[in-house]
Amino acid sequence: MTTTHHSEKTLLLNLLWACQDAKGFISNQDIFDIAAKLDVSAIEVEGVCTFYHFFHRKPAGKYIIYLNNSILSELKGYAAIRKALEQATGGHWGGVDATGQFGLFDTSCIGLSDQEPAMLINFYPFVKVTPERVFQLISALRAGASLAELADTVEDHLRYVPPGDRAIFFRDFAPGRALQRLTTLSPQQVIDEIREAHLLGMGGAFFPTADKWQICRNNPGEQHYLVCNADEGEPGTFKDRVLMNRLPELLIEGMIVGGYAIGAAEGIIYLRAEYRYLLPRLEAAIATYKQLGWLGQPTPAKESFTFDIRIQMGAGAYVCGEETALLDSLMGKRGEPWPKVFFPVERGYLGQPTSVNNVETLCAAARIIELGANKFRSLGTPGSPGTKLLSVAGDCRFPGIYEIEWGMTVGELLGFCGAEDPYFIQVSGPSGICVPAAEQSRCICHEDLLCGGSVMVFNTQRDLLQVMINFTEFFKKESCGVCTPCRAGNFILGRKLDLLKRGLARPADLEEIRQWGQLLGVASRCGLGKASAHALINAMQKFPAYFQQRVRAKGREKGFDLDRALGDYREAVEQTS
Amino acid sequence: MKKIVNFTIDGKPCQAPEGENLVKAAAANGIKIPSLCYYEHIDPPLGTCRVCMVKVDKKAFAACTIKAKEGMQVEFNVPELNDARKAMVEMMFAEGNHFCPACEKSGDCDLQGLGYRLGVTISRFPHLFLNRFIDYRPKRIVVEHNRCILCRRCVEEVNTKDGFPVFSFLNRGASTEVRVDYDQEAKLDEEEAIKAMHLCPTGAILVRGKTQPRPRGERKYDLQDAGQTVSTPKAGMAPLKGQPKKVIATTSLAGCFGCHMSLLDIDEELMDVIEVVDISKSPLTDIKKFNRRCDVGLIEGGCCNDENVEVLKAFRANCDILVAVGECAIWGGLPAMRNFVPLEECLNEAYGHATSDLEQGKVIPHHEDLPELLDRVYGCNEIVEIDYYIPGCPPDASHIWKVLKNILFGADYSIIKSEFKYD
Repeated sequence: MTTTHHSEKTLLLNLLWACQDAKGFISNQDIFDIAAKLDVSAIEVEGVCTFYHFFHRKPAGKYIIYLNNSILSELKGYAAIRKALEQATGGHWGGVDATGQFGLFDTSCIGLSDQEPAMLINFYPFVKVTPERVFQLISALRAGASLAELADTVEDHLRYVPPGDRAIFFRDFAPGRALQRLTTLSPQQVIDEIREAHLLGMGGAFFPTADKWQICRNNPGEQHYLVCNADEGEPGTFKDRVLMNRLPELLIEGMIVGGYAIGAAEGIIYLRAEYRYLLPRLEAAIATYKQLGWLGQPTPAKESFTFDIRIQMGAGAYVCGEETALLDSLMGKRGEPWPKVFFPVERGYLGQPTSVNNVETLCAAARIIELGANKFRSLGTPGSPGTKLLSVAGDCRFPGIYEIEWGMTVGELLGFCGAEDPYFIQVSGPSGICVPAAEQSRCICHEDLLCGGSVMVFNTQRDLLQVMINFTEFFKKESCGVCTPCRAGNFILGRKLDLLKRGLARPADLEEIRQWGQLLGVASRCGLGKASAHALINAMQKFPAYFQQRVRAKGREKGFDLDRALGDYREAVEQTS
Repeated sequence: MKKIVNFTIDGKPCQAPEGENLVKAAAANGIKIPSLCYYEHIDPPLGTCRVCMVKVDKKAFAACTIKAKEGMQVEFNVPELNDARKAMVEMMFAEGNHFCPACEKSGDCDLQGLGYRLGVTISRFPHLFLNRFIDYRPKRIVVEHNRCILCRRCVEEVNTKDGFPVFSFLNRGASTEVRVDYDQEAKLDEEEAIKAMHLCPTGAILVRGKTQPRPRGERKYDLQDAGQTVSTPKAGMAPLKGQPKKVIATTSLAGCFGCHMSLLDIDEELMDVIEVVDISKSPLTDIKKFNRRCDVGLIEGGCCNDENVEVLKAFRANCDILVAVGECAIWGGLPAMRNFVPLEECLNEAYGHATSDLEQGKVIPHHEDLPELLDRVYGCNEIVEIDYYIPGCPPDASHIWKVLKNILFGADYSIIKSEFKYD
């Protein structure tokens, strides 16, 4: 296959977006046309199209409304908003109203956990929505008001930065300061500086960034690529949203630093579609650096370096936050994580050595070059130097972004965010772990409690099982579907949790949930699948008494609800007699 | 020539060319790692079914995604991994709708073969009973989605002569499925279509007019390792204490009495059996009510109505040990084919459309003396605890009696492959 064929195929997501945006769905004819244009099977196009939930195969309305169904939205009024939307539009959930105007759909976390319930209408953000507001909005739209005018401005809610001169990200920023140093440093010196700073990948895997860049740089290829992972989809996290909104220039500088280090000619930002409203900010930042002479032309860096950045829009798939799934998505395919036979730094985008780095990692890299490794190293803990952005939300008075020095305790964080009567915090989202609020002295750092960015606070009124059921549903929907344990396993776990919820589970069921969850951890194909039952097993460990209370032992009979099982028959009989 | 590397599997020294796929490398060293999606020349490997789980240097991997490397230490035949592999096969049985007795590929199906090899009598997971469809639209082939395990072999391997894929995955998460491109499929010639059918490890891809199952006893997995012992749980149980003459009871719930017929298939041996065994409540004796405590209850059939549930609970209460005999009792079996159709639709089909010429219109039979139908057919272990499972449709007579003699008298217990079947 030729390279041109490859690059054309990478357009697939954009071609699908063009159809989706033009008429609100992608028709059969569209599928055939695109297949003909790209010279591929129509079924391949359809396979890609149906992988992403923002692509619709049926008309989805002039106004497509996506209401976040993550646990925080659920706890802050999801049900009431959903009902109001159905009433106001006259439509049913999961479809379009009779007039074809309004489509009503669920979506996974949209990165607005600090202002729930939140929704997107044609990707314009609406936050802290109330039922009254829903009715106003729908009638305004019916009257022809413009979405751009109705939409909310998304607040950053930057709540905390380390005192003194100890902030890394949210300190004053002047464009070009980091880049200035590139005029005196060789790419190897840049990597050495990053290594000296001991920067770890902030997306959640915490792989040493310098190692990734070094291996990528050393691997031969026709071309090297730097990919910025701006697909933060872990429910509860929104730190990259704030970084890109507040400091898009810092991200661009980070990408230039990374691109220079690995010897890339092209950088790609893979932006989740949920953040489409940030596109103008990022495009403006890219334009700024074109003007400054750092993009799209030979740069003033010490060694010869020409670099450019483009943005690829995702289309709704949590799993694309996994780097290999993201690369497949970038290449116009279904976003399925690869079996780890080789790594992106060996064969990544278009088969070439590629470094995939998180938004926060790249921003940190720019700061390290600007401030020096020593400054970075002097902050945080020995295992995790520097600072970390936490997205804190849930049952606390001050939801928002906390730039903490690694090493802050759980108790301090709960104090700063004004946690009210906390029961537990969920650290790193549904694939993370559950930390009882009693564990105040746990230290957020590499040595103790790592956190990818999501911190969800739950108070003592919250039902742990409801939280776990929401997480399991999330994975059931968002699994890429390729491997048996993740695809079927989360479905099966959901059935078990339903038994628990209905009071029909027995002690043996708890043991099975634990064993099956562990099995998902052992047998799943990628890290996301392996982590999918993590929170559940962890919660069972931390709160055994809670789960014990929910089981009913009944001799050798199983929990079987006969009346419920007979309900369908009785109803059918009633209807005909 | 590639460098030869040394490594170990469960401590056994092995050799293979460097970079060789571990499934292949193990086989060359006499160790057969169970696998389903693995197909020799697909590179990179698919790694989708997760059946070939091993540990390499203490970390779990699918063996098909591992390349032979100098000095690596592979764990394979250890309880944790044996169980994980078995669980993966069980999960595929629970996720799809695998009615072996009604499948053209039965006996030649790799999933079924693995079930036999690993001694799967029941899936530990609840059956999902998802409503999947059968795609009759393609020109040469039929895609039976109920049987698809989403191994992805067809997606990677079946292409037209001019290089277009015929299959693709559609959707995501629990809704993921394989679909056919009708235009591309129409380009396949008969030989290519048959190749696709053989590539499929289950009976999901069939070719019209070309499914000619071999007779029972001559199929791939009838012949493979026919005399070998199947690993079965709870072997060598101590005999039950109690009356000098053991008492058993039997019943057929939502079944066809086929398992009872199989029970009688031991022919003249029956004479010996009744010397030592009394039969209480059973269709064989026509005793309707339990008249004493029983050592063993044999259950045929799953539960499709409230009477089945009541009888099953009575068996649990009156028998020390319950044995689910046959596929229906184990997970629903053929009657569970209605489980994907809402009950109302089933009833309409049977009593609405079928009797629409009657004056009174649609009448769904109901009377206080008639059992009420459950929303779906349930396997017995969804209602009560079951102690033993004997697979088959019907199970082999000698399998049933071996299990029974083991439970009652502690007789040695070993099931050979030819006695272990799902069809």
